[in-house]
Amino acid sequence: MRSILWRKFKDRSALVVITVLAFLPALPLFHILYGIFRLGLPAFSWNFFTHLPTPPGEPDGGVGNAIVGTLMLSMLASVLAIPVGILSGVYLSEYARGRFGEVVRVAADVLQGVPSIVLGIVGYLWLVRPMGHFSALSGAVALSLMMLPVIVRSTEEILRMLPYTLREASLSLGVNYWRTVIKVLIPTGLVGITTGILVALSRIMGETAPLLFTAFGNPFWNFNPLQPVDALPLTVFKYAISPYQDWIRQAWGASAVLTLMVLGLNLISRILARRLSGDGK
Amino acid sequence: MGNKETIVDPRGPIIFDIRNLWAYYGEKPAVKGVTCKIPEKRVTAIMGPSGCGKTTFIRCLNRLHELSPGARVEGEIFLRGKNILEIDPVVVRRRVGMVFQKPNPFPTMTIYDNVLAGYKLLGIRLRREEADRLVEEALRKAALWDEVKDSLHKRGTYLSGGQQQRLCIARALAVKPEVLLMDEPTSALDPKSTAKIEELVVELKKTVTIVIVTHNIAQAGRVSDYAAFFYLGELVEFGPTSQLFTVPRDKRTEEFLKGKFG
Repeated sequence: MRSILWRKFKDRSALVVITVLAFLPALPLFHILYGIFRLGLPAFSWNFFTHLPTPPGEPDGGVGNAIVGTLMLSMLASVLAIPVGILSGVYLSEYARGRFGEVVRVAADVLQGVPSIVLGIVGYLWLVRPMGHFSALSGAVALSLMMLPVIVRSTEEILRMLPYTLREASLSLGVNYWRTVIKVLIPTGLVGITTGILVALSRIMGETAPLLFTAFGNPFWNFNPLQPVDALPLTVFKYAISPYQDWIRQAWGASAVLTLMVLGLNLISRILARRLSGDGK
Repeated sequence: MGNKETIVDPRGPIIFDIRNLWAYYGEKPAVKGVTCKIPEKRVTAIMGPSGCGKTTFIRCLNRLHELSPGARVEGEIFLRGKNILEIDPVVVRRRVGMVFQKPNPFPTMTIYDNVLAGYKLLGIRLRREEADRLVEEALRKAALWDEVKDSLHKRGTYLSGGQQQRLCIARALAVKPEVLLMDEPTSALDPKSTAKIEELVVELKKTVTIVIVTHNIAQAGRVSDYAAFFYLGELVEFGPTSQLFTVPRDKRTEEFLKGKFG
């Protein structure tokens, strides 16, 4: 009798411990979000979003150029990474047989593990040095290298999940394999592939290290991809280590903008993923 | 190997003339030296216990078999006198359509687009009236028109299993194939849907040759004009269904029909 009570007690305690531990990872996140929004939201104003930075002490400075820069970098990186990523994913899922496929797969995994600052150096070597100056493009190349493995592997996973009968349905109508991929497999897996892209995007948006020697930062408006450009993480970095109250306040504001962007992307990919599992029935 | 007297050539026009067909997965043969003739505009049932090579056999007839990794085919399959193993598989599959075990409509497409998939996926443009006509014709042939004519622009996956399977039949018929291969088309369906598909099969043979794989002996008896019995990759017996069911020439056929294995 006592042993049954003892077992019940152990069972209960295990449940409590697991529940507490499960909540633990969420705790720092909530703390961070609370801190960022408490200190960051007061910095929000029309000027904050639309103005250029001002020297310390001068009022009405903003991070408009950094927001434009982050959007530009994300877009350029996407343009570079999405087509290559999807096609490699298709190759791995549909065509890769034997050794070469394995090499590509391992390469993607290794690339995913390369520290982001190293990718920044790669962008520097590939573009900044030959061009002789920093540029948004070189930053986007570094960021696209970060996006690439995520898109490749998620596309591969999604396509592999699609039932083989779907391919057979198309092939048996006399459609060749490539058209089957383009017209049947990619549209069917589109929600999942898009989710992978959004995850990749939200990963790179907050990156500072790859931009340090590539996009470099720029306190003025720039819409030319061949010129240096500012980005929100760079602004945060620059302002947060400065001694000026005003700049530090704006660093919090920029962090909040960045966090909201990434949270938004995450939310969209969540919703899409839910739709995906709904369609999978 | 099947003894010659047990393989009876059908009367009337022949659509497939299969000679010494071997199909392999890697080193392992799944179909072993099959020789037979398939009659035009008749229903031919392929029977046999699980793993006897019947599915592999019909997948050779539209060259779907060779898509499996390590798959290989030897022998000759003449479709109206032309060896399909020497024609582009894409062309073969336009002429020899297929319906699968599990209904597999394209989940991203509407019912309408599913029927026209054989055109749309190939980028063939149809005039509106022509497309409408093709869809109605195919759905009528598949005995699905009355049930879906008001929901043509809903997703195909909203239909019930049996309706989905008829949609797949309509999709295959829309490209006007000469032969329709059916790989256990009712094994995933309830009895009522099964009966509908069986009726349909009998109806369809007026316009198209049907080769149907089934492990349901009764079904083969109900729908087919000719029947083939496969065992361990060999074609044991082939002949008119009435004859094969009443006076089987091979002992293994007899035992299979009596339900001793399978």
